[in-house]
Amino acid sequence: MKHLLATDGLDADTATAVLDTAEELKHVLLGREVKKLPTLRGRTVVTMFYEASTRTRVSFEIAGKWMSADVINVSASGSSVGKGESLRDTALTLAAAGADCVIVRHPASGAAHRLAGWLTEAGTSVVNAGDGTHEHPTQALLDAATLRERLGDIAGRRIAIVGDVLHSRVARSNVHLLTTLGAEVVLVAPPTLLPAHVDRWPVTVSHTLDAELPGLDAVMMLRVQAERMHGGFFPSAREYSIAYGLSEARLRALPEHAVVLHPGPMLRGMEIASAVADSQRAAITQQVANGVHVRMAVLYHLLAHEEEVA
Amino acid sequence: MTALVLRGVRPYGEGDPVDVRIEDGLVAAIEPGLDAGDAEVVEAHGQVLLPGFVDLHTHLREPGREDTETIATGSAAAALGGYTAVFAMANTDPVADNAVVVEHVWRRGREVGLVDVHPVGAVTVGLRGEKLAELGTMAAAGVRVFSDDGHCVHDPLLMRRALEYSTALDAVVAQHAEEPRLTVGAQAHEGERAARLGLAGWPAVAEESIVARDCLLARQTGARLHVCHVSTAGTAEILRWAKGQGIEVSAEVTPHHLLLDDDRLAGYDPVNKVNPPLRTAADTKVLRDALAEGVVDCVATDHAPHAAQDKDCEWSAARPGMLGLQTALPVVVATMVEPGLLDWRGVARVLSERPAEIAGLPGHGRPIAVGEPATLTLVDPAARWTVRGAELASIAANTPYEGMELPGRVVTTLLRGRITAHEGMVRERE
Repeated sequence: MKHLLATDGLDADTATAVLDTAEELKHVLLGREVKKLPTLRGRTVVTMFYEASTRTRVSFEIAGKWMSADVINVSASGSSVGKGESLRDTALTLAAAGADCVIVRHPASGAAHRLAGWLTEAGTSVVNAGDGTHEHPTQALLDAATLRERLGDIAGRRIAIVGDVLHSRVARSNVHLLTTLGAEVVLVAPPTLLPAHVDRWPVTVSHTLDAELPGLDAVMMLRVQAERMHGGFFPSAREYSIAYGLSEARLRALPEHAVVLHPGPMLRGMEIASAVADSQRAAITQQVANGVHVRMAVLYHLLAHEEEVA
Repeated sequence: MTALVLRGVRPYGEGDPVDVRIEDGLVAAIEPGLDAGDAEVVEAHGQVLLPGFVDLHTHLREPGREDTETIATGSAAAALGGYTAVFAMANTDPVADNAVVVEHVWRRGREVGLVDVHPVGAVTVGLRGEKLAELGTMAAAGVRVFSDDGHCVHDPLLMRRALEYSTALDAVVAQHAEEPRLTVGAQAHEGERAARLGLAGWPAVAEESIVARDCLLARQTGARLHVCHVSTAGTAEILRWAKGQGIEVSAEVTPHHLLLDDDRLAGYDPVNKVNPPLRTAADTKVLRDALAEGVVDCVATDHAPHAAQDKDCEWSAARPGMLGLQTALPVVVATMVEPGLLDWRGVARVLSERPAEIAGLPGHGRPIAVGEPATLTLVDPAARWTVRGAELASIAANTPYEGMELPGRVVTTLLRGRITAHEGMVRERE
């Protein structure tokens, strides 16, 4: 693996290898007082965040630090040429300064692909930490890690992704990864929040959450962004919540073993009831914890070519 | 001016080769085995002789973005591409919404002298879509085509007034059909490809709804409407209907909408970003058929040079547009001639005769006949060449055709009997 840009095209073997490494790292670190492995000592990892983010940036930073990499955070406001230095120049500068890996979050779909192209010559690895409405591959990997822990296996499981699929990079990454790993994915959303030609995706589509609940092994709730609420994609927050919110009643309609996931940050009371988010069925904090291990595993597979994990 | 003899050419690619003698800017004789005398001889054996090409849609970027193209470099690209007349779009800086800018563009074109540069006047002040520009004053300065290209005249009342007003000016209004409420934030054709890539969609209906509305407004007002850069199968359907109704509408398609499709989006390289966006392969097929049939009247390049930094960036930050003048004929050969959809007479129609008619341009798109202006283009139909952006005459060098091998090459261009381009070199006026 040279870059991690998308789960679209990521094969099952590679994805499974990353998930296995994440699991191994989790066990290695379990109960350790000093959470530090020497694996990436001497490696320089730069996070470049062109969008506000706390959880993803911190997760990557901790992952790098626990692997003993030198982690440098660059936060940039403004994304396009004309507002300052171009993305290309920033990337080339960081590579020239010695970055082994650039982790990028950017509002433009495809920004990570562009970076990878510009940095090929320098040999710098690129990790996509979320590009526009395209993909967020490490989120899908941490979701898969969580589902493996909770359900044992992903193949053959039926997993619903509920909400704003149209604008969600989390949804796109999960559709690709989960279907690659053998899950059945059902997208549940109003027609206005589904992508064009979604019927050609390897998923089933539903507009009725209640009808899907009894057959699910997991339900992944997507955040409803404020700008969508005012963008006319649905009549009102109230109506959305009634039709697509995960209420306590809906939690009861799920099978006993089914898991509730949310990539955060949550809008309690909108897409997910507070009691549901805090219930034992929800794996939301577990997702966050797994995020660190999965990102450690990604850095390991990108940067530690021969070295042992621990 | 010395006389010229074009040796061994085939007018419209038809019949046996003949020699064409040109004197005083006019075709003086067409027959085999002409005695050249002291005339300059152009050996053009087997080349196809066509009327000089006319481009209804060119962005020459002067004034305002002379770092990407000037009237001089754009004229050179046009002459090398076989063009003898181009219409320079109004979205310059300052905007060509008044007689002063329009006259400047006209005068610079004359000074350069490689191609007739006809300024297009803006429909609305500053292209803002709020208030009619002084169409009459610009018409008095010679403008016959008005367009806010780059922006749609989306207000239906304003468009109605523009069409009505233009009927007194013997002018045509060329519409960039894009309902702006349907393309907020749009980045690429709304289809399966863009949805997977997370690029906000530019739906076909945003073009089609405006074309349908404008056809009805043209019927209401009796005005002449020209539809810029038709990009969807649905627009072709509406045009077919409108023409069947006798509505005075004409339409152009760009070479890139004939050849390229949204498969190009994978990889996010903004050299493929253009407005309207590259559509599906199915659309390109319908557009080729519509052009062959005459439902779409002509090919126009929408030649739109952009600086490297405006293309070598993330997709959403990139500017839409691509070079077109020097690749138009080869793309038409690849998409229309080679598949048998158009013969060379058809090429003359879509690249020269119809655009000249639509713009009301005398002296271009004329028959190849004795006594007619020697405004002509010679094409080597057997040549194949590989596009290299850096070798094109434009200042901007980025092109989606980079590295592509294309068929057909413009060898010589003549403007009123004078060679403006020959074998890849422009010839300045002596």
